Amino acid sequence: MATNLKGKIIRVSGPVVEATGISVAMSDIVRVGTEELMGEVIKIEENSFIIQVYENTTGVRPGEPVVNTHLPLSVELGPGLLSSIYDGIQRPLEILEKEMGYFIKRGVNADGISHSKKWDFKATVKKGAVLEEGAIIGEVKEFDFTHKVMLPNRVSGKIAEIKSGSFTVTDIVGKLEDGTELKMSHFQPVRVARNFKTKLAPAEPLTTGQRVYDVFFPVAKGGVAALPGPFGAGKTVTQQAIAKWSDADIVIYVGCGERGNEMTEVLTDFPKLIDPKTGKALMERTVLIANTSNMPVAAREASIYVGITIAEYYRDQGLHVALMADSTSRWAEAMREISSRLEEMPGEEGYPAYLSTRLANFYERAGLVTTLNGEQGSITAIGAVSPAGGDFSEPVTQNTLRVAKCFWALDAKLAEKRHYWSINWLNSYSLYHESLREYFKKTADVNWEFKVKELMNILQEEDALMEIVQLVGSDSLPESQQITLEVAKIIREHLLQQNAFHEVDRFCPLEKSNDLIDLVFLFRDSAIKALEAGVPAKDILETKGQYEIATVKLELDYKKVLGKTQKAITSEMDELIKRYK
Amino acid sequence: MAVKIEYKTISRVAGPLVFVKKTHPVGYGELVELKINGEQKFGQVLETAEDNVVVQLFEGTSGIDKDVTVKFLDEPLTLKLDDSIQGRILTGIGKPLDNGPALVGAKTEIGGAAINPFSRGLPNNFIQTGISSIDLMTTLVRGQKLPIFSGSGLSHNDLALQIARQAKVVGDDSEFLVIFAAMGITNEDALKFQRSFEESGAIKNAVLFINKADDPSVERLVTPRMALTAAEYFAFEKGKHVLVIMTDMTNYCESLREIGAAREEIPGRRGYPGYMYTDLAELYERAGMIKGKPGSVTQIPILTMPGDDKTHPIPDLTGYITEGQVQLGRELHRKNIYPSIDVLPSLSRLMGLGTGKGKTREDHKKVADQVFALYAEGKDLRGLVAIVGEEALSDRDKRKLNFAKIFEDRFLQQGLDENRSFQDTIDLAWELLSTIPREELVKIDNKLKDIYYVESKSKK
Repeated sequence: MATNLKGKIIRVSGPVVEATGISVAMSDIVRVGTEELMGEVIKIEENSFIIQVYENTTGVRPGEPVVNTHLPLSVELGPGLLSSIYDGIQRPLEILEKEMGYFIKRGVNADGISHSKKWDFKATVKKGAVLEEGAIIGEVKEFDFTHKVMLPNRVSGKIAEIKSGSFTVTDIVGKLEDGTELKMSHFQPVRVARNFKTKLAPAEPLTTGQRVYDVFFPVAKGGVAALPGPFGAGKTVTQQAIAKWSDADIVIYVGCGERGNEMTEVLTDFPKLIDPKTGKALMERTVLIANTSNMPVAAREASIYVGITIAEYYRDQGLHVALMADSTSRWAEAMREISSRLEEMPGEEGYPAYLSTRLANFYERAGLVTTLNGEQGSITAIGAVSPAGGDFSEPVTQNTLRVAKCFWALDAKLAEKRHYWSINWLNSYSLYHESLREYFKKTADVNWEFKVKELMNILQEEDALMEIVQLVGSDSLPESQQITLEVAKIIREHLLQQNAFHEVDRFCPLEKSNDLIDLVFLFRDSAIKALEAGVPAKDILETKGQYEIATVKLELDYKKVLGKTQKAITSEMDELIKRYK
Repeated sequence: MAVKIEYKTISRVAGPLVFVKKTHPVGYGELVELKINGEQKFGQVLETAEDNVVVQLFEGTSGIDKDVTVKFLDEPLTLKLDDSIQGRILTGIGKPLDNGPALVGAKTEIGGAAINPFSRGLPNNFIQTGISSIDLMTTLVRGQKLPIFSGSGLSHNDLALQIARQAKVVGDDSEFLVIFAAMGITNEDALKFQRSFEESGAIKNAVLFINKADDPSVERLVTPRMALTAAEYFAFEKGKHVLVIMTDMTNYCESLREIGAAREEIPGRRGYPGYMYTDLAELYERAGMIKGKPGSVTQIPILTMPGDDKTHPIPDLTGYITEGQVQLGRELHRKNIYPSIDVLPSLSRLMGLGTGKGKTREDHKKVADQVFALYAEGKDLRGLVAIVGEEALSDRDKRKLNFAKIFEDRFLQQGLDENRSFQDTIDLAWELLSTIPREELVKIDNKLKDIYYVESKSKK
């Protein structure tokens, strides 16, 4: 085709460039200007077309050439993705550093995965096998994972030849009868979802090791959670904690328009941290996409799609993937910025009218599926939202809530009190309790559902009582309600609160959560017993046993101190009862 | 290309914008020179099309008519940089303000490229500001951007100057080079800053960029970029530790809105442009360190929250980019407490990296958490006390109420020249904590309490 024909730039306004002179299709990737900056066609007019450029356009002038690659924005998929760190368009930042130094300059292309590294490819199908799209043709060891090499979407046929051995990702490892060459890597357009067989209803939680999420607002593997909160409420720390401690097989972390130093922190932390499930470095199961807030805005828009496409690729290998998007608001703002430069008619708060469609399309790419090759894999999407002024009624939060079944509402008031995780237990919700009920019953406790409801009731009662307390003080409440307030306080301090930076408390297995819950109930039951035996509430509130729960929480081998703590709580109450007999 | 064509083809002037018809291709972001009766004015290309260009002037458009000569300089806006800039006082666009010679040195583009996140060094050196509330509760770390959220009439400028005077890294002799970017400040404030630097001799170790309130507002968009370009030069080429103070970011954002309106852009929240987040990020993200390089850029931007409203777009977007914030409170200010830092909404995100064993002290983080919690609860109780009186409180609550009071009077409050060492700060914190029974300090491990808790006082 007319690939070597050159178009011409006629207008430059920031990341938006107008050009003319060649034929283009929507979403084609084009090379812009003498420096061949990467851009994507986003609008076609009668005599010209509009490109969003993924790099800084300073110095680009009208009259410079534009070349069409005739390919949509794609990522390169294959072994070598894990432990990589990319910019928003899958250029490895490590290679960019080699090519252009410490600062991001422009006009550099880099392969998404190494084309020179050799992998041991083991073919798992034989000559003559008739294969559908997505079928597994071989395996490669990528860190601890068995990376499955699959036929790309829309490629199927009879294997004419295939061989095992040591290859690079671009070497030809086999052929189909129709002549299609088979390699370990392939390109996948990012703006369309990868194919799968069927979607399934999720039935297992993504265990995060964070009590408030696991106990009160669990998200399913294959679910979608929205994490909105004003700045400083702990969105990023939450995302990072889940990336670190959740029981996902693979974590894709998209830092979309966020802070550079934070990405550095992840880069420094993750290689050192050990995955509690596999005992391997966390980095080996992670792909990082870092398009910080000062990097080009169009690449920020693309980064979310790059992330979810890589997630889908690992899902298709039968793995459970957790995708963190921090923050989807920056993504929406990138859309708004491009839209406004196109002079499109704005919707609510200046966001384009297609905001809700884009958000829904993105989140719908999460889910538990039967893959084309018959395995089960999932993507759990956790999207941070940064609402302007912390106001949840703004469009990004509201449109996200339409598709997310978990609402983790972060609260600035709680954060100010250093109540972390600062998620508001009254406003937040999870719609997965129902589908996860059987799982918790089997794995945690037969009474799990009942216990969680009971805890929530106490917290709700506390909220109602606090209104009275604000007016008259807690002393004037009936004694039983004073005990309820105390129990609620213990729930808040020892169950809801968790210290992400404490070497033990940062990860709390489900079993430990369950034991802590039982301690709370033990305190409540013995307090009520004491009260009924005539002990004044004032004395019950002064008991010290409850503080021992903190010790349990902060102890690695907590089972050792569990018995002591139970005893501390009950014996103190028993003594009180004796004294008032 | 070398021939610089001059045009006399201005078609329209609107606010700070000039629309020029032209024939040769002009690059996006290029510098533009205008000549009016021998006087030069500079501007920058905001949009370039085949036959016309939109230019944003830095120094206002008054006096510009359609016959003014326009020259495209084929280069972006630059600052001339070498070591001789140290000690200078300059205007917001880098012209001498101190009767010194014009700048010499290499022309450096002021736009600033993004640091590759992979190349960043992890900020982890504690900066001792000598201010207890910052050092203990919102610890500043080398390479961090930690803004001061203030309100009009509060003491942010005194605080900034005090930090500039006192900041040091314990166990590291290298002094901070202070780069000061003032945007839209009054002549009076400008004089005060200038004098403060000159009298203390700190000017030797500083560079001042001053854009006054009556200077053209567009110039304000350039000032912080000039300052940060100088900062990057000293940090990453000369290996110095640089502290950049930018005041007042609110004026900067107002200018941004002014330009946006003149360009007839679709406004975002409260009329500020939709790209304000990106624009601010381009400034704030220039703080940091680079792996394997000795220098660092630490930023303290100052902004006054219109109507003390933290949800206003300026503090809001800033907070989403910066690594925490130090917020000043009007209530504390009224109580005559200086610095009137309201620690509850204040936060340092990098605190964990710069604190702890080997950096400050093993108990730092936990003591800070505990003090926060107690102060927050104590402050909450004040509301209750106003209604039911102090007698209605339990003993436990009375202790918390008292804690809040002594925290403000003894810990927050300090003199303009009082430079507290970290050791003094944390010892003071333990002294206050020891008014609370040991087992109620649930945020601190027993191990640490064994070492630091001052038993005798609580027994009383």
